Amino acid sequence: MNWVYIAVMAIVTYAVRVLPMTLIKKPIRNRFIRSFLYYVPYVTLSIMTFPAIVQATGYPLAGALALVVGIVVAWLGANLFTVAVSCCGVVLITEWIMHLL
Amino acid sequence: MNNSNYSFQNPNNQRAFKMGFRDGIPIGLGYFAVAFSLGVAVKDAGLSWFQGFIASWLCTTSTGEYAVFSLMAAGTTMLEIALVTLIINARYLLMSCAMSQRIDPEMPFWHRFLIAFHLTDELFGITIARPGTLNPYYSYGAFIPAVPGWALGTALGTVVGTILPLWLTSALSVALYGMFLAVFIPPARQNKVVAALIALCFAISYASRHLPLICDLSDGMRIILLTVVLSSAAALLFPRKEEVDAP
Repeated sequence: MNWVYIAVMAIVTYAVRVLPMTLIKKPIRNRFIRSFLYYVPYVTLSIMTFPAIVQATGYPLAGALALVVGIVVAWLGANLFTVAVSCCGVVLITEWIMHLL
Repeated sequence: MNNSNYSFQNPNNQRAFKMGFRDGIPIGLGYFAVAFSLGVAVKDAGLSWFQGFIASWLCTTSTGEYAVFSLMAAGTTMLEIALVTLIINARYLLMSCAMSQRIDPEMPFWHRFLIAFHLTDELFGITIARPGTLNPYYSYGAFIPAVPGWALGTALGTVVGTILPLWLTSALSVALYGMFLAVFIPPARQNKVVAALIALCFAISYASRHLPLICDLSDGMRIILLTVVLSSAAALLFPRKEEVDAP
């Protein structure tokens, strides 16, 4: 069953990527659809990030600090790798300190 | 015009291929580190490292894969997987549309099928940032370090993830959320509507875990519901101006 689920995910993912590029030869004119699609990634990603990031760590405080530092570092224009590593580092340090206390 | 413009014998295409490879290296390294924590989700879903490897190679979508693996860990249906994949990856529709506008009509059509295969946020970013029409060989060059980085990272994370001490797993688990932040925070800096929307999403996402009815939904269905409602509301209240490029 797991392979079936992976196949479904792969087929839907590829369809989403390939269909517009192969079928639509003209730009989308509908303003609502354009706007909707524009906002979707921000809404989905932020819903998935919070509060999940706070619940992912051993201590909720570590996840909360990772969220704050991640937002600041990303805001300052750091690339994907730097933001990801910064979040990890904050959790490492915070949980190490919490452990000592 | 003949097809030699799109032959790999053409030095311009070989140069584009090398540039793509070079630009793909940091992406591959980032993917490798981030995919490690995805491997933990693979393990939780009860999949083998090989299944994680294949899934990552075929899908190369952190958020989509993460959501699907979470669903599989919790127990799910094919319909739910298809819907969640569709909704979470809906942004690729827009990216694919943007890419289609940059394709030279002379380009042999089959290149479209290959370019689309690994249309990730990051690869889209570096590809669309290049001036002029798309060179498919640039994309292929970038795939070579990027995609194996993602797939190998997932496989290794699946195998090693549980061997790692708890403090290290805890730290690595936030890498993926850090990557999400790297995708949606920079546009918030340039667009106040996006910034306010993200803040609202944080609040509603938190509240939805405690609200009656909504908190009973599965994670996947909650994500779909909130995404459709909030994105529609934003599109109605703050429609985008024409010809504004998606970041």
